[in-house]
Amino acid sequence: MPAPIRLRELIRTIRTARTQAEEREMIQKECAAIRSSFREEDNTYRCRNVAKLLYMHMLGYPAHFGQLECLKLIASQKFTDKRIGYLGAMLLLDERQDVHLLMTNCIKNDLNHSTQYVQGLALCTLGCMGSSEMCRDLAGEVEKLLKTSNSYLRKKAALCAVHVIRKVPELMEMFLPATKNLLSEKNHGVLHTSVVLLTEMCERSPDMLLHFRKLVPQLVRILKNLIMSGYSPEHDVSGISDPFLQVRILRLLRILGRSDDDSSEAMNDILAQVATNTETSKNVGNAILYETVLTIMDIKSESGLRVLAINILGRFLLNNDKNIRYVALTSLLKTVQTDHNAVQRHRSTIVDCLKDLDVSIKRRAMELSFALVNGNNIRGMMKELLYFLDSCDPEFKADCASGVFLAAEKYAPSKRWHIDTIMRVLTTAGSYVRDDSVPNLIQLITNSVEMHAYTVQRLYKALLDDISQQPLVQVSSWCIGEYGDLLVSGQCEEEEPIQDEVLDVLEGLLVSNLSTPVTRGYSLTAIMKLSTRFSSINRIKKVVSIYGSSIDVELQQRAVEYNALFKKYDHMRFNLHVLYDLVSLLFQANDLLDLLGGNDVVPVIQTTLPTKPASAGGELLDLLGDLSLSGRTTVNGLKIEFTFERANPNPNIAVITIHATNTTEADMTEFVFQAAVPKVITLGMSLSHRAPATPVAGRAQCALTKVARYSVSSGTLVRLASGLDVRCVKKQCGWLGCVSEDA
Amino acid sequence: MQFMLLFSRQGKLRLQKWYVPLSDKERKKISRDLVQTILARKPKMCSFLEWRDLKIVYKRYASLYFCCAVEDQDNELITLEIIHRYVELLDKYFGSVCELDIIFNFEKAYFILDEFLLGGEAQETSKKNVLKAIEQADLLQELWEPPQGWLSELSLPAST
Repeated sequence: MPAPIRLRELIRTIRTARTQAEEREMIQKECAAIRSSFREEDNTYRCRNVAKLLYMHMLGYPAHFGQLECLKLIASQKFTDKRIGYLGAMLLLDERQDVHLLMTNCIKNDLNHSTQYVQGLALCTLGCMGSSEMCRDLAGEVEKLLKTSNSYLRKKAALCAVHVIRKVPELMEMFLPATKNLLSEKNHGVLHTSVVLLTEMCERSPDMLLHFRKLVPQLVRILKNLIMSGYSPEHDVSGISDPFLQVRILRLLRILGRSDDDSSEAMNDILAQVATNTETSKNVGNAILYETVLTIMDIKSESGLRVLAINILGRFLLNNDKNIRYVALTSLLKTVQTDHNAVQRHRSTIVDCLKDLDVSIKRRAMELSFALVNGNNIRGMMKELLYFLDSCDPEFKADCASGVFLAAEKYAPSKRWHIDTIMRVLTTAGSYVRDDSVPNLIQLITNSVEMHAYTVQRLYKALLDDISQQPLVQVSSWCIGEYGDLLVSGQCEEEEPIQDEVLDVLEGLLVSNLSTPVTRGYSLTAIMKLSTRFSSINRIKKVVSIYGSSIDVELQQRAVEYNALFKKYDHMRFNLHVLYDLVSLLFQANDLLDLLGGNDVVPVIQTTLPTKPASAGGELLDLLGDLSLSGRTTVNGLKIEFTFERANPNPNIAVITIHATNTTEADMTEFVFQAAVPKVITLGMSLSHRAPATPVAGRAQCALTKVARYSVSSGTLVRLASGLDVRCVKKQCGWLGCVSEDA
Repeated sequence: MQFMLLFSRQGKLRLQKWYVPLSDKERKKISRDLVQTILARKPKMCSFLEWRDLKIVYKRYASLYFCCAVEDQDNELITLEIIHRYVELLDKYFGSVCELDIIFNFEKAYFILDEFLLGGEAQETSKKNVLKAIEQADLLQELWEPPQGWLSELSLPAST
């Protein structure tokens, strides 16, 4: 059989392939040749064949049949074989396969080989891919080599020990004696790897940390020598002596000085020296400064030093190199909580970074900007952040919008500003706003009583421009439904729309393809609410009755119920305004249906009513859970209180307890409690319950408990509460005067 | 460091060094996705990015991308220096290194890397010492052959 082709020959051949198929064919042919060569146990060419296999593996082709061959190469006496064998092992074997354990003995032998380059190969392989079992078996050998005077081996053993400790932390102790004199080495390779080893040990064990704290003076000295010493060609990088070692020492000092005043004190001077003397024209100097800043911020440094560190970061922000700007922003983000004022001084530079072209920098700048917002700078900052929201990539919009809402809530200088800001977010990034913002915003708007007219006018205008952004549309519909009277009444600054125009808009939402079912629910409810505020009742009636046969079950249910209201309680329509006060308790707006007076019973004995000139009899009382998970209202002497609680032990069950108290003297009969939960909530739950009519005696209490089950995670309980729609229908309350005729 | 990848502008892998245990399949997937992500970045962008839960540091040298995944606590700027040092070593060894050198001598590229880094950390900070070690090892490869093997290889160039 002819000699297998050489590696470079194969590479050349494969590269001539013009198509993937051609390449595959060549590879398959060669693999077949290699396989038969392996079968023949050909020692001479095994090395060459495995090398070829490794090349093909890198191209993406399977090479597992070469695994055992790698082991044979490792066991060979030829250095070439070992080199390729170990390389193959590192590329083809992984510790999840048992095959790798067969290496253990070979490695053990090679660790004790007479040639340091063979020992080196073994240490390298073990330190790169050794499994825990292998590490356990060979830790002793590594420890021995850690104590050798051969610096070539010592440095490798140190890093191999790091790997062993990572795999088998319990073995850390056994390396302790060997670490004794590591730092007195002159050889930089050994010094560097020793510092890495010490760092690993200190990070893993508080005891080790305590033990090694005494090394701080020695580390400081080594660092000082590096900085002060003259030019050393061997370790010089752009005028700086062994930056790799400097950075590792700084990192170890950070860990050692972290919660210790004495150590921090001992390193204070050297840190200041590095911070002020390091050349910053090249990346390498900045790398050292960066590490220094991280160390200063993490240990118990004095304030002067901290300010120095922040100023370095501030200078970084102005650097032309965007990598430097990036690390500056990252570091500032870490320190903004603890050194807030110092970071504030660099606010304008940070805000400028919002305009950077690089995505990573923009994200950092955005996070940092939000962290820096406070009562003093809110107006200016918000201007920048809203501009950013306008122009940023979609991946940022959701986070930015949430951030703006939070900041506005905390620091809004005025209600009008707050509403304007929300409007701006809804109109520019409306589709990216999170779902839970809608109820939150509605609550906010409800609370800003004096802004209702302004708000509804602006929202209406926004709706005229664009109905594609659902959160905006939902909030607008709700407001129009709630404050529609203000909208058409001429309280607005600009020309007010007429009722029909408003209804056109809302009906438009119902039919538009852009509207989601949730949005449709909002608009239908809004239209219904306008039936008590507008005079075009017939039009509204028509719309509502159309949707009584809608395919969407949710809409259909609502429409049917609204229709019923029209039929039964029509004559009560005009005194509904009075009842609005009652719902001022309630914050969540999902499906808020106004109190409607109703009385379908015969006129009864006139009695003096307690407070409200509200209606008698058939009340339709809609209560909604508020955010504080409880609420109450009283209508006509019937006090209703409800609380929401999570059941114990299953937090997915909400227990809603309703206490109904008859505070009047007379009896209330036929107290019917209905609870319905609309599907508006994005959780897809439904619960509907009809309790039989029960009498509630005068001055008596009646408690009903409803248990609702939801297969959703906790945290959505609030959203849940907002959707609860409780109706208490009282019929035939004979003791209340008939109110319908008086206003 | 968790891993280092070298790949061309067309997305072809030229070297992959893994310092964390992952199956072949997982490695392939990570390589493929990460390479796509980096190739999609514009030239003026930052050398650092967060990808999945890793910190990635990459730099392009002529037609080759050098890409490392580092730990959270690692200094990104010094990682750039590590990459640069490796490029310098390759350059010194091959004499004005280019992508073809890495393609045809990939095993040498690995050997050099393994003399510079071990377990993801730098083992030698002196350029001279790394190159000296490689030189010695290459020499060993040439010289250390059992007699008959040496004779039969006489007519062939050394190494595979």
